Amino acid sequence: MSILTVKQLTKQFGGLTANSNINMDVQKGSITAVIGPNGAGKTTLFNMVTGVYQPTSGDILLNGESIVGLKPHQVAQKGISRTFQNIRLFGAMTVLENVMVGMHTHLRSGLFHTMFSTPFMRKEEKEAKQEAYRLLQYVGLESLYNEEAKSLPYGAQRKLEIARALATKPKVLLLDEPAAGMNPKETAELTKLIYHMREQLQLTIILIEHDMKLVMEISEHIIVLDHGEKIAEGTPDDIRNNEKVIEAYLGKGATTAS
Amino acid sequence: MKKWLNVLEQNKRLQAIVIAVYIVVTFISLYLAQKSVVAFLLLLSSLLLLHFTTFSHRVKWVIGIVVLSVLLPLAASQGEAYQSYMEVATLVGIYIAMALGLNIVVGLAGLLDLGFVAFFAIGAYTYGIFATTQANNFMPFGQYPLSGESFWVFLIIGCIVAAIFGILLGIPVLRVKGDYLAIVTLGFGEIIRIIFNNLDKPINITNGAMGLASVQPPKLFGLEFMYPSQFYYVVLVILLLTIFVVRRLEYSKIGRAWKAVRENEIAAQAMGIPLVRTKLMAFAVGASFSGMMGVVFAAKQTFVDPTSFTLLESITILVMVILGGMGSVPGVILGAALVTILNLQVLTELTNWLNQLSLSGVVSIPDALSPAKMQRFIFGVILILFALYRPQGLLPAKNPRFDEKELKSGATNMVDGKEGAKDVYFNG
Ligand SMILES: Nc1ncnc2c1ncn2[C@@H]1O[C@H](COP(=O)(O)OP(=O)(O)OP(=O)(O)O)[C@@H](O)[C@H]1O
Ligand SMILES: [Mg+2]
Repeated sequence: MSILTVKQLTKQFGGLTANSNINMDVQKGSITAVIGPNGAGKTTLFNMVTGVYQPTSGDILLNGESIVGLKPHQVAQKGISRTFQNIRLFGAMTVLENVMVGMHTHLRSGLFHTMFSTPFMRKEEKEAKQEAYRLLQYVGLESLYNEEAKSLPYGAQRKLEIARALATKPKVLLLDEPAAGMNPKETAELTKLIYHMREQLQLTIILIEHDMKLVMEISEHIIVLDHGEKIAEGTPDDIRNNEKVIEAYLGKGATTAS
Repeated sequence: MKKWLNVLEQNKRLQAIVIAVYIVVTFISLYLAQKSVVAFLLLLSSLLLLHFTTFSHRVKWVIGIVVLSVLLPLAASQGEAYQSYMEVATLVGIYIAMALGLNIVVGLAGLLDLGFVAFFAIGAYTYGIFATTQANNFMPFGQYPLSGESFWVFLIIGCIVAAIFGILLGIPVLRVKGDYLAIVTLGFGEIIRIIFNNLDKPINITNGAMGLASVQPPKLFGLEFMYPSQFYYVVLVILLLTIFVVRRLEYSKIGRAWKAVRENEIAAQAMGIPLVRTKLMAFAVGASFSGMMGVVFAAKQTFVDPTSFTLLESITILVMVILGGMGSVPGVILGAALVTILNLQVLTELTNWLNQLSLSGVVSIPDALSPAKMQRFIFGVILILFALYRPQGLLPAKNPRFDEKELKSGATNMVDGKEGAKDVYFNG
């Protein structure tokens, strides 16, 4: 069953076509990778799915329902969450607060409850803190919960972005180069984390990644973009042996690597 | 010195003794030496001292309120300078409330607003127009001025009207960001002032540059509020309310959303935060405190005219926020108090003193160099020094710190109650 469907999606920036007629079908509960050389249009695709950019033409369906034209926060409320290639944490806020911001739409206390600090509100806030802490434990950052987000090392910041995205309780999670800047140990942890998230949280995961070892190991389906066009898709084995992909992106060594 | 501070920090009883002695000594000095501005300021500073103690919030609040509502007025009430002290204290309160409002917009939500005084003006005119004969010019019904009893209702009306204008300003303005936002809000501030300056024709609504004179003093149970010592209490109550509201908001879901928008708009949206609504809310809440204090200001001055609401006022309020520490409630309170007192007391006193010296022929200072005239210069120097050496402000904003015990206690569902996820963590 497909959860996310992209139909004939095109995005133009002036004369530049960043995405051209992309079709994509993402199965519920799958791990899908989007790969391709720099400037291929991968992030642009994510930005359209999450409502940051409006497509020039084409459609995006979440569970059969079009989400084109929705604002980014509405897309988030529909159950799509993401991390960013160029890390976008709330730098001056604490690690725990960052995750709590992710819970925004699930907290029900409005102005009234806040002003009068009602028992309902206090209970909700307390539970939110605890839930945020559990999410930090889940990604392995619980010891840093009181630190300022911008003071964290690079790898930890990437993990925090994941924890924050999980806090929105997404159905589909988009990870934009989650392993960028991580050392091999961190990348191995990340690989495990992605697996576990899919299994335990019944997530559908789409990731952009340049680390081919990670991609080939983890994904069930791979989509290859080049110059804004989809040049191939299939299983890791299909992609590894695809002439076009080798030429455009992987290079000759890739068939033997991994 | 450091050792002593450490001992003090550990020992609450010692802190209690120190602060009690401090308050008693400054209280007595002000009581006896009525003319001493220094004594007045020292007594006020006890609140700063209180801020640094490790008492619980409740204890701090109680002591603070006792000092402000009983000790300060009592100590100051023994001489001729009473009303002028209370005047200063009242103005300090008004400016603190405004600075706290601006702090929501600039400090929490990160929206640079250079026209903030407009909301103060809107509050002042809202009461000013209806509490003078002015409203007779254009209102089809009713007898004006409204009686002083309406003042209390107008506090709320002023608050709401300013909030509405905050939203009206926000809707077009929020399309622009950063420097552009600053310029547009600056324009808004000036437009409001110029409208008030010119709205005497075709229909005379604001009485133009002549301003509105003899605004009705507030009345409560037949008691008329005429003196600063009475307005002091009105301001104190509103101020406490403001601080209460600001604190509650800051540590709530809304406060986190404001900070998230300040830190990164795109990420905030991706977390499900509606950008426009969140920003408008900051504008509205920030403006409402100003509007309320505008009403008080109009009643206190009994005169409203556009010259009270210039760009310099907006800048002054912004200086208070920056000096104290953007986003920090205690900081902004301190910043607003310092700037107002510097303006009203220190510079004027210094000028008087120098004048006396020149009169008696000790020194001679040219008029152009009198401290009161160097206000802007002094502000400029302060700002530059702060930008260089203390960009976070006097009392920098602090993030809420959480207690690990509290975070660990609940061991229920993990992420949406999905099972099987409880025990798997990623440390090894
Ligand atoms: N907002 C924008 N305005 C104009 N051009 C843009 C914009 N965003 C992306 N582009 C262009 O679209 C093309 C695709 O960019 P995109 O960021 O999607 O690439 P990518 O596949 O994510 O590359 P990388 O691997 O380097 O992250 C690039 O040529 C880029 O310059
Ligand atoms: Mg990219």
